[in-house]
Amino acid sequence: MKTLRNYLDKIKPNFEEGGKFHAFRSVFDGFETFLYVPNTTSKTGTNIHDAIDSKRIMSIVVIALVPALLFGMYNIGYQHFLATTGSVGSFWEMFVYGFLAVLPKIIVSYVVGLGIEFMVAQWKNEEIHEGFLVSGILIPMIVPVDCPLWMLAVATAFSVIFAKEVFGGTGMNVFNVALVTRAFLFFAYPTKMSGDSVWVSGDSIFGLGGDKFIDGFSGATALGVASTAVTPDGYMPFSWDMVTGLIPGSIGETSVIAIALGAILLLWTGVASWKIMLSVFAGGAFMAWIFNVIGPDTAMAHMPWYQHLVLGGFCFGAVFMATDPVTASRTETGKYIYGILIGVMAIIIRVLNPGYPEGMMLAILLMNVFAPLIDYCIMQNNISRRMNRAKLK
Amino acid sequence: MGQLFSKKNKEVFSTPIGSMNNPVTVQVLGICSALAVTAKLEPAIVMGLSVTVITAFSNVVISFLRKTIPNRIRIIVQLVVVAALVTIVSEILKAFAYDVSVQLSVYVGLIITNCILMGRLEAFAMQNAPWESFLDGVGNGLGYAKILIIVAFFRELLGSGTILGFNILNYNPIKETGYVNNGLMLMPPMALIIVACIIWYDRSRHRDLQEK
Repeated sequence: MKTLRNYLDKIKPNFEEGGKFHAFRSVFDGFETFLYVPNTTSKTGTNIHDAIDSKRIMSIVVIALVPALLFGMYNIGYQHFLATTGSVGSFWEMFVYGFLAVLPKIIVSYVVGLGIEFMVAQWKNEEIHEGFLVSGILIPMIVPVDCPLWMLAVATAFSVIFAKEVFGGTGMNVFNVALVTRAFLFFAYPTKMSGDSVWVSGDSIFGLGGDKFIDGFSGATALGVASTAVTPDGYMPFSWDMVTGLIPGSIGETSVIAIALGAILLLWTGVASWKIMLSVFAGGAFMAWIFNVIGPDTAMAHMPWYQHLVLGGFCFGAVFMATDPVTASRTETGKYIYGILIGVMAIIIRVLNPGYPEGMMLAILLMNVFAPLIDYCIMQNNISRRMNRAKLK
Repeated sequence: MGQLFSKKNKEVFSTPIGSMNNPVTVQVLGICSALAVTAKLEPAIVMGLSVTVITAFSNVVISFLRKTIPNRIRIIVQLVVVAALVTIVSEILKAFAYDVSVQLSVYVGLIITNCILMGRLEAFAMQNAPWESFLDGVGNGLGYAKILIIVAFFRELLGSGTILGFNILNYNPIKETGYVNNGLMLMPPMALIIVACIIWYDRSRHRDLQEK
């Protein structure tokens, strides 16, 4: 560790004003503060800083995502072997297959996103913001395995520029950047983002796995089945695979258990708000229960409420997307309202709009818009309450 | 003749076409139709030309009448003139370009509510002579048409892979590389983003357009 620090100190003058690599100043600065907590202090006024800076917070979120990512890789391989050979391969075969399928997506997402961030930072003469550290790993986890890399690159570039940089960079964005990427892909290239044929990869990678689906294979997700079912009980019955995550779906979203591990870390470190997580699940459970009792006579409405919560991106969205501190409500009461409405909206979109079997993405994006309004109302309410209290005396 | 093309008249004509006082990107008028008719290039061109013709001639008519219109009912008089011209253009389109008029559907009729028209009548034709008003109308109409055509060009090329209906990107060698047309381009939000990009480009090129 000492040698790395010494090395950084040694090359640092090259990047300062007048140094020969001054053009790459922001890149160096970005890496240095990523590796070591910066020891700069504010120049003016009195400031209270948290003990850890935002790069360290981001790193915790990335660590929390690792279980879901690793399980996602395993599941990609598992689904692939099941779909092409009809039987499961060895653990390492399946994991390596999934690893090779997911790795290019992670690389593309980071190269494109960080590339734009670095360019903007250099151009505006600012430090590099750390926000893309998390978005970059989230983006590959919320797309289907068959999503082509160039589409991922276009969508990442679009959302980093139009959802983040034009609003002023990290911390200023109205919408969750990773979800805007997914929304862009979803509306721009619907054939590659939804339907039955994108969730399980049918190609072999470096000779690993088969390259043709076996007869009778259907790659539909449980939600896809429920949304196209013609009979009210046409949904897949509940199975423990839906909890462990051995079902087709976007790369990182299938396993409730892996996501729960991440949630525990986020809650234990206090990075994510338990109020938002709890209320998203409460809102979703409540709305799904309402539909169970008085909903329309469709398979989606008849699906038990607990099954709604474990399927699709509900858990992933609740734990990693809704709790994004930048786009969520900031007032404590507002967090409950924000979370409940996300859960309610997600289930309403799933059940009442047959075109969108998964409503989590749209529900979170919708509530991102309303989060500032919720905060405003809560704060106005507080102000008028205190004014009344002051008057009464 | 020299009088007709004086420096001032040239300016009246050319500033709205350029980026300094464009009706769409600087005055931010007529956005609704810029979103609605720009999914394909052909209706965008027809729409741009229709608005140009209507703006120019309604400007001329109102400019002739400007001293006789009672101030309190001027909006109604302006609307009557515009409505008459819109109806004429709409009928001509139905007679000679039926397919395009079907694509444009209600938007030709809605030119009557296009903010650019009323804006130019109120701001220019009510104070200026007919010839200047005509130039102003043509300039603003063409400025509007320019933005529509730029937006429609990108939307049609990237959304449908065609230009004016001619196949550009839908050939097999391109499809085999995995290229897919961008469905979002055919939706109105993307038109807004392209308009925003044009405004972004203009403002970064001309410092005068930026607020202090």
